[in-house]
Amino acid sequence: MTDKPINNRAWLLVAPVLAFVLFSALLPMMTVVNYSVQDTMGANNFFWNGDGWFRAVLDPSTESGQRFADALFRNLSFSFVALLIEVPLGVAIALCLPRRGWVVGLCLVIMALPMLIPWNVVGTIWQIFARADIGLFGATLTGLGLHYNDTQDPVSAWCTIVVIDVWHWTPLVILLSYAGLRAISDAYYQAAKIDGASRWAVFVNIELPKLRKVLVLAILLRFMQTFMIYTEPFVVTGGGPGSATTFLSIDLVKIALGQVDLGAAAAMSLIYNLITITLCWIFYTIMTQLDRRRDA
Amino acid sequence: MARITLDGVAHSYQTDSAETTYALRRLDHVWRQGRAYALLGPSGCGKTTLLNIISGLITPSSGRILFDDKDVTALPTEKRNIAQVFQFPVIYDTMTVAQNLAFPLKNRGVERGAIERRVREIAELLDLTKDLGRPARGLTADAKQKISLGRGLVRPDVAAVLFDEPLTVIDPSLKWELRSKLKAVHRALDVLMIYVTHDQIEALTFADEVVVMKDGRVLQIATPGQLFDEPDHTFVGYFIGSPGMNLVEAEVDGATARVAGQTIQLARRYPKPPAGSSVRLGFRPDYARLSSEGVLKVQVQKIDDLGRRRLARVKLGPHEIFATVPNDAPINDGMANLAIKPERLFVYVNDERVAGEPS
Repeated sequence: MTDKPINNRAWLLVAPVLAFVLFSALLPMMTVVNYSVQDTMGANNFFWNGDGWFRAVLDPSTESGQRFADALFRNLSFSFVALLIEVPLGVAIALCLPRRGWVVGLCLVIMALPMLIPWNVVGTIWQIFARADIGLFGATLTGLGLHYNDTQDPVSAWCTIVVIDVWHWTPLVILLSYAGLRAISDAYYQAAKIDGASRWAVFVNIELPKLRKVLVLAILLRFMQTFMIYTEPFVVTGGGPGSATTFLSIDLVKIALGQVDLGAAAAMSLIYNLITITLCWIFYTIMTQLDRRRDA
Repeated sequence: MARITLDGVAHSYQTDSAETTYALRRLDHVWRQGRAYALLGPSGCGKTTLLNIISGLITPSSGRILFDDKDVTALPTEKRNIAQVFQFPVIYDTMTVAQNLAFPLKNRGVERGAIERRVREIAELLDLTKDLGRPARGLTADAKQKISLGRGLVRPDVAAVLFDEPLTVIDPSLKWELRSKLKAVHRALDVLMIYVTHDQIEALTFADEVVVMKDGRVLQIATPGQLFDEPDHTFVGYFIGSPGMNLVEAEVDGATARVAGQTIQLARRYPKPPAGSSVRLGFRPDYARLSSEGVLKVQVQKIDDLGRRRLARVKLGPHEIFATVPNDAPINDGMANLAIKPERLFVYVNDERVAGEPS
């Protein structure tokens, strides 16, 4: 028990924060909820639609449900491929970086440069860079005799988006892994040397276990970001060719702003949001649970 | 099992620097098989550098290292048959205790049955048998430190076990236990052990011989008893023992010394020290007592009762020193006489002990 006085008026001190969160997050969110349960014929006439939009979006046999399922599948595939490349690549590069001297700073700054470029600038850079006729990247590939065209060929378009993401965000994995590696005390490497461990054994038995925590963080961050990808496909491929790179966010904007289907878009965005939160929660729970079980 | 010889070994972390800034100054020494040594000195005195040179983690700037008669100066750590235990316990998180112990043997391609036998033996020796199947990461620091040690001992051909302040992170109540375990292992395996520490109690209780270092220099290599009774250097005098040796400025002429205007007879004759050098008399509080037989007049400042003995802080002229107080010590008006055991009164010229000649 505590002797300290309890004064419920102290809650007033939290009030500004609550008000701020209310205006910045809760109210906009509630307008979306509001739209999601209504339909409109325009002219600001709304009528109640209940869970109709939600059922349509979640039922793959309907047209909007089909679109949603396809886009969701594209999102999941994209996140999977991006993580599969970025995490091992990031760790590998972090392992190769120098550990001391002035080169460290130089390497880190060069590595971090892509991360400092805004999304739409990255998109614009790559839009030009990847052009098959005048872009350095596209023209080089074409010159090598490869069939490459990111605006007409779905495979090219997909690869381009993946390469952009890898280029833009592998540095995050590198920086996190590098920090994790630097935190390993020299004694571990010295002990491993004395124990006659090979480079691979050092990686598997020392570095990888010590990197677990930062890698969980890196995977979580990268998953959230790749799952919400929007700007790069919007600028570079516009979701095409066809709907090859139409991810959930792109489709959402098409429905909301292109077709002004506010109800469907609202329902979709709520479901999208819930999926992101749920997947992150599952990720996090599994990884921390595994950690706890190993500790026990 | 080996003898390790350091032949003119010195090391500097900078490529071009004067001898005085060396992390380790020139050293010749033979570490004998089966002995336990302690490297003792304050932080930054070069003891870890010396240890890492022996283990091969650092290649010395000059000199040679021999294991028995084989020159290993250029050999990397893993080829040297050295085991090292670090300040912080190093264990492989993903493995069980048994896998940890087996790791050095597995890396060297030892056959499985032999590994298992050896791991069992070492676990027995270190009281780890009941933990063999457990994951190593959940264990306490002292158990982890035992695993680190075990990984070193598991190789039957290990030439020496090096300890780099191994008890730093151990709970104080377990330090004593782990230290006696180390001693027991040392007796059981008859292996050369070198132990780095800045804790004099650890050094004096663990080692057969203690190497006292300061500023990259080895000041004295001797048994704990010799370090206490006959320190070669003023630093050894006041670093070892609590409180350390009393050091007072004096003028020495043959077999007499003048301290703060008083004269005292020395047991040996000393040559005239070179002009401008610092001359000091050194004697331990344990060998100086307040007694009517004493010839030096001192002013008593304070007497501390330490239970086992009483210790006085006294003033000899301007010098503040410590002395033992026997029960019947005559103290009149805060004044007393100080008697120093003649054979435990030494002369230090520029911090080095001068041997003198029998008078």
